[in-house]
Amino acid sequence: MSFLEHLPVLIVIVPLMAAPICVLLDRPRLAWLVALIAAFSSLFCAIALLSQVLDGSVISYELGGWAAPWGIEYRIDLLGAFVLLIVSAMAAAVLDFAKASVEHEIPTDRIARFYAAFLLALAGLLGIVATGDAFNVFVFLEISSLASYALISMGRDRRALNAAFQYLVMGTIGATFILIGIGFLYMMTGTLNMQDLAERLPAVADTNTVRAGFAFLTVGIGLKLAMFPLHLWLPNAYAYAPSIVSAFLAATATKVALYVMLRFMLGIFGVDFSLHEMPFAWILMVLGVLGILSGSLVAIYQDNVKRMLAYSSVAQIGYMVLGIAIATTAGVTAAVLHMFNHALMKGALFLALGAVVYRLGSVRLNDLSGLGWHMPWTMAAVVVGGLSLIGVPPTVGFISKWYLVIAVLEHGWWPLALVVLIGSVLALIYVWRVLEVAYLRPRPASAPPVSEAPLSMLIPVWLLVIANIYFGIATHLSVGSAERAAALLMGTAPMGGAQ
Amino acid sequence: MNGLPGLYNDFIAIFLMMAGFYVVISQGNLVKKLVGLGLFQTSVFIFYISMGKVAGGNAPILTDGVEVYSNPLPHVLILTAIVVGVATTAVGLALVVRIQEAYGTVEEDDIQAQDDAEEWPDDTAQDSSKDTGPDANGSARS
Amino acid sequence: MTPTLLMALILLLPLATTVGVVAFGRRPNLRETITVASGIGLFLLVAMLGLSPDWMDAPRLLLAEPIEGLPIAFSAEPLGLMFALVASFLWPVTSLYAIGYMRAHHEQNQTRFYAAFAVSISAAMGIALADNMFTLFVFYEVLTVSTYPLVTHAGTDAAKRAGRVYLGLLMGTSIVFLLLAMLWTWSLIGTLDFTPGGVFGDESGLVLGTLLVLFVIGTGKAAIMPFHRWLPAAMVAPTPVSALLHAVAVVKAGVFTILKVAVYLFGIDTIADLAAADWLAALAALTILLGSLVAMTKDNLKARLAYSTISQLSYIILGAMLGVAAGVVGGGMHVVMHAFGKITLFFCAGAIMVAAHKTRVSELDGLGRTMPLTMLAFLIGALSIVGLPPFGGTWSKWWLVQGTLDTGLWMLTAVLLISSLLNIAYLVSIPVRGFFVAPAAPATGVKEAPLPSLIAIGITSAGCLALFLWADPLYRLVGEVLQ
Repeated sequence: MSFLEHLPVLIVIVPLMAAPICVLLDRPRLAWLVALIAAFSSLFCAIALLSQVLDGSVISYELGGWAAPWGIEYRIDLLGAFVLLIVSAMAAAVLDFAKASVEHEIPTDRIARFYAAFLLALAGLLGIVATGDAFNVFVFLEISSLASYALISMGRDRRALNAAFQYLVMGTIGATFILIGIGFLYMMTGTLNMQDLAERLPAVADTNTVRAGFAFLTVGIGLKLAMFPLHLWLPNAYAYAPSIVSAFLAATATKVALYVMLRFMLGIFGVDFSLHEMPFAWILMVLGVLGILSGSLVAIYQDNVKRMLAYSSVAQIGYMVLGIAIATTAGVTAAVLHMFNHALMKGALFLALGAVVYRLGSVRLNDLSGLGWHMPWTMAAVVVGGLSLIGVPPTVGFISKWYLVIAVLEHGWWPLALVVLIGSVLALIYVWRVLEVAYLRPRPASAPPVSEAPLSMLIPVWLLVIANIYFGIATHLSVGSAERAAALLMGTAPMGGAQ
Repeated sequence: MNGLPGLYNDFIAIFLMMAGFYVVISQGNLVKKLVGLGLFQTSVFIFYISMGKVAGGNAPILTDGVEVYSNPLPHVLILTAIVVGVATTAVGLALVVRIQEAYGTVEEDDIQAQDDAEEWPDDTAQDSSKDTGPDANGSARS
Repeated sequence: MTPTLLMALILLLPLATTVGVVAFGRRPNLRETITVASGIGLFLLVAMLGLSPDWMDAPRLLLAEPIEGLPIAFSAEPLGLMFALVASFLWPVTSLYAIGYMRAHHEQNQTRFYAAFAVSISAAMGIALADNMFTLFVFYEVLTVSTYPLVTHAGTDAAKRAGRVYLGLLMGTSIVFLLLAMLWTWSLIGTLDFTPGGVFGDESGLVLGTLLVLFVIGTGKAAIMPFHRWLPAAMVAPTPVSALLHAVAVVKAGVFTILKVAVYLFGIDTIADLAAADWLAALAALTILLGSLVAMTKDNLKARLAYSTISQLSYIILGAMLGVAAGVVGGGMHVVMHAFGKITLFFCAGAIMVAAHKTRVSELDGLGRTMPLTMLAFLIGALSIVGLPPFGGTWSKWWLVQGTLDTGLWMLTAVLLISSLLNIAYLVSIPVRGFFVAPAAPATGVKEAPLPSLIAIGITSAGCLALFLWADPLYRLVGEVLQ
């Protein structure tokens, strides 16, 4: 059983250790294989962890055997396990797809290092979720961020470099803000363990220091989350990154940032402090609504489809933020649920675009003319992903929107419900622009011939597409986990008791 | 040691932070931006380190006759943060080198101008239909 | 076979047809045989469902339950069965017509056409048999998406523009209004199941009225003004599409949804008490009149028929909003009567387009001499729409007028009668001119549409007559709704 006991740390250690191995091997295929194995090991760990905490229990792991408030604790509850599952599953899916795509987009001599960076990003993201120590969150955040700056800069377009630099500057500012926030908390409580923080904070909550810490953390996490109006780094970063990096980051990075927000705001500061004493909920609500509307509107005018999806991500983050802002269990459920569902749809869409890049070398709208008939399976995946983004039943997008609007209507806030639905209509417009070009405009005679993407790409894309529909019909896992995770976060404020 | 003089560490930290932040925002040169970013991070290190200092406390080494020790934990934390900061600067500089190779400049405005020059004629040449609206690049870049 | 199994087969058969059509896309004869044969099979299945002894009490067919208490499930009830019967009967007839039309017109991408057609029918069956509003909504959206390739079939810029209007209006209204109404209902009472007598309790009239308005205007397919623009736009589609989908399946899915909402979510007694229902009835009356008036100004034959459809659909909405039994009966029957009448008219319009290459009303003078059968059928369809004996439209108008009299809203009675006069002016005038006005150029002998199309026209115009003579089963079927 000792092996199972170490799962919380193994899930992070395996990709972390695999990264240097990739560099040492320095052979593209082997590196890919190592990365794939590491990702699947993490996925396995995540599934095992989720099955252990599904009943609402919490796994606590003392790193190096040091007891909790002094040593670093890894702490996995239902929400954490759920996010771990999202991240590792997306990593596994993306890596399945990666081989051909990476060989096509990255110079051969850099492929091994590319996978190393990818694994570091994965380890960082998993670490953020697994750890129960506030400072550790910062460290893992920086590990994943530094790795993603490197990953983004490997895009073929030189604009990727500039995008990565912008992201580096804004990401570092965000992380530093988080560091300051954690510092303030430490100043007041003398502890960094999240559990401990949650217990000690209420006693000192009514001080300006704690409020300042709260503010710094909000802005810092907001930057990482790309919450409107702190989203400026995101569109270019996603647009010019290599295809699989866009897919991976879009599906996981912002989700993990949202997790951090939930963890800090609801888990550590507590529901009462965050959502009732501070005007946090109102700020989030306004920003969420603005994010939904502005993100969707700007997406409509994009010429680069990847950029369009990036702006759509800003809007989708708005939905999640709105869910938290509703400040009820139902709202948080909707946010957590959309985390999962959005990972599925954006993963599928970005991977499908990766296949387009592989065959076409471009994702400009005009270049996609007639592609529906030349790459039928790829574009069919875009259709389903797009419908999911709009929120058409029976896709996951519909389920998210349903829960979100129901949560809004519980308060009787029907204007917000309208905003969500109008967001769907805007999504309809930008998705349809792409499909119209792909299906109704003939491929120019001068354009070079294209053929369907290879099977090694289509299978992961379609796995995600099928997941989009499957989890839109059989919602027990996603909704069940989200509901219970939200109840744990909201109900047993500030945090569930240890086992 | 109450009041203003006692908090001078904090004021220095705040000053450094704002200075760094200002440099990041105002400078168009990417290297200078990184310098500002480094300053910004360093201010937080000072903030942490002064937080750990206990008035009248000694270095946290067990010695006879010393009762009050400074808190070593923030110092240890900041060691990690410094490593992170160094790594960030390294990655940032590496990016600047590659930007210099790709664009031949490290001035943000020049880079922007080159990108625009690449993007817009491209658009007008390819795009005869009216479907495509104006690209919202401007809003996407800080 | 149990009713539940039959329902499963009804939903699956058109989908299986899609597979068959795509698989044999390169062999047109086989492809079209498959379509017509499964069309007939589908009608037989629906008929068997209606004839099985305990079809109304059969257990529902549960497909999935994405949200607890909100399953995708199917069950049969009289209104749905009626809609399913009409759509499934007219599918093989339209396919038969399409064979002649599409070949004579040398249309491209015929396989895609038949495949999308079959998916649309499957969606229509899903709507007809939906056990709750959620299931209905799912298939409502499937119907919108699956008819989009049909509307944009031509692939021209005009078709693309029309496709945008089509999709934008139908999906836009359904997402913003219909979905909102469903969500609101769900958050109020926690159910969307269709229940005889309605599901609402003692919610205030304001809430219920707002909900009803959202439901009605959210059902864009019912084409109530001001959300009617998609219907004329959709006329760029090939005529068989206009005939089956935009005179029968799609638009009838819209008014069917409104009937279902009125009868099974609100209950006609609740409707009767709602002030909002009166306003909606007035809006429907306005649509009836304006639709007819606009139709008079249209010279393009298909556009004229489209506006006529808009006007006729509002008869049904009006019937549903009256809140009396006669209104629902009339509305329900009008679904069938208008379907047969209007499809005949569209078939004729298509036949004229194929055989005589004419699309404008003003060009049709004297066409009765070259296309006597088509013009005769047009006359039959027109008279049925107007509501003159001996054609089916008589009965539905009868009950609708009865309904307006029951509520004492004599203004609405007047609207119905005025509209009938307008119908005569803009529909019956066409065959009259065809037969009695001398053509500009001397007639060159009889030249009718291809035989399959002609047979289809014969079947539907005979249907108009038969529905007058044997309307009783239909009346009893619709009457059961109110038991």
